[in-house]
Amino acid sequence: MTPEAARLRSKTWTCAAIVVLANVFGNFFLKRGMPAELASPLAYITVLFRPWVALGVTLLVVWLLSRMMLLSWADLSYVLPVTSVGYVLVAFVGRWLLDERISAQRWTGILLIVAGVTLVGGGSAPRTWRRSRGPSGAQS
Amino acid sequence: MKWLLIAIIVASTSVGEVLQAIGMRRHGEICDFRPGALGRAAGTLARNSVVIGSVVAMAVSFFAYLGLLTFCDLSFAVPVTAVTYVVETVLAKYVLKERVNGLRWAGAALVLCGVALVSL
Repeated sequence: MTPEAARLRSKTWTCAAIVVLANVFGNFFLKRGMPAELASPLAYITVLFRPWVALGVTLLVVWLLSRMMLLSWADLSYVLPVTSVGYVLVAFVGRWLLDERISAQRWTGILLIVAGVTLVGGGSAPRTWRRSRGPSGAQS
Repeated sequence: MKWLLIAIIVASTSVGEVLQAIGMRRHGEICDFRPGALGRAAGTLARNSVVIGSVVAMAVSFFAYLGLLTFCDLSFAVPVTAVTYVVETVLAKYVLKERVNGLRWAGAALVLCGVALVSL
């Protein structure tokens, strides 16, 4: 592997880890701070100022920006499977931190989703690495 | 109400993500991570109409998702919106012109089965 490819690889993994963790914990804090109902359109705005919801929104902004950054050099069809591990992490967060009941059927569904998302992105070698090997692409 | 919100989330997320991919590709790879350079990149992106469109679509999706979270479990709301992968696979092929082979279509079908299991 060329130093350039190694640089891109570690940059990609770091960015992907930030994308996944920001998404999982952003969703968690959002759910944690959410009231049982949002009665009016105004309530959709005021709810954003509750501390837990605000923290969740901040993390989701981090998620959006880090994902945009990742997409500037990686294929969408590469980013999708790598970040799909978030579905399992969200289920664990729901089970352990929010005390949600997850049936065997729902676990099966979540695992099928992760398997499916992995296949969606695994169909071919991502351009993500290949693109990095010099401006001429001579080594690809 | 639940399914209407899910439909809005899926449609607006899919459109938003495809616009985001188009916009970021047009911008090119981000290589410089110093704050000043990131700020300049953000400034350029904020004037990119495709990126603006993607942010609007994501905002619609976000508020619909807030509504869904008020009465649904997190472990239901997050996986059920995975149906966006199926829509996005179709859009990746026909709009982004990415190559989608049989394996990827099989993956999209698996996602659909998984979502069905989560929601039934």
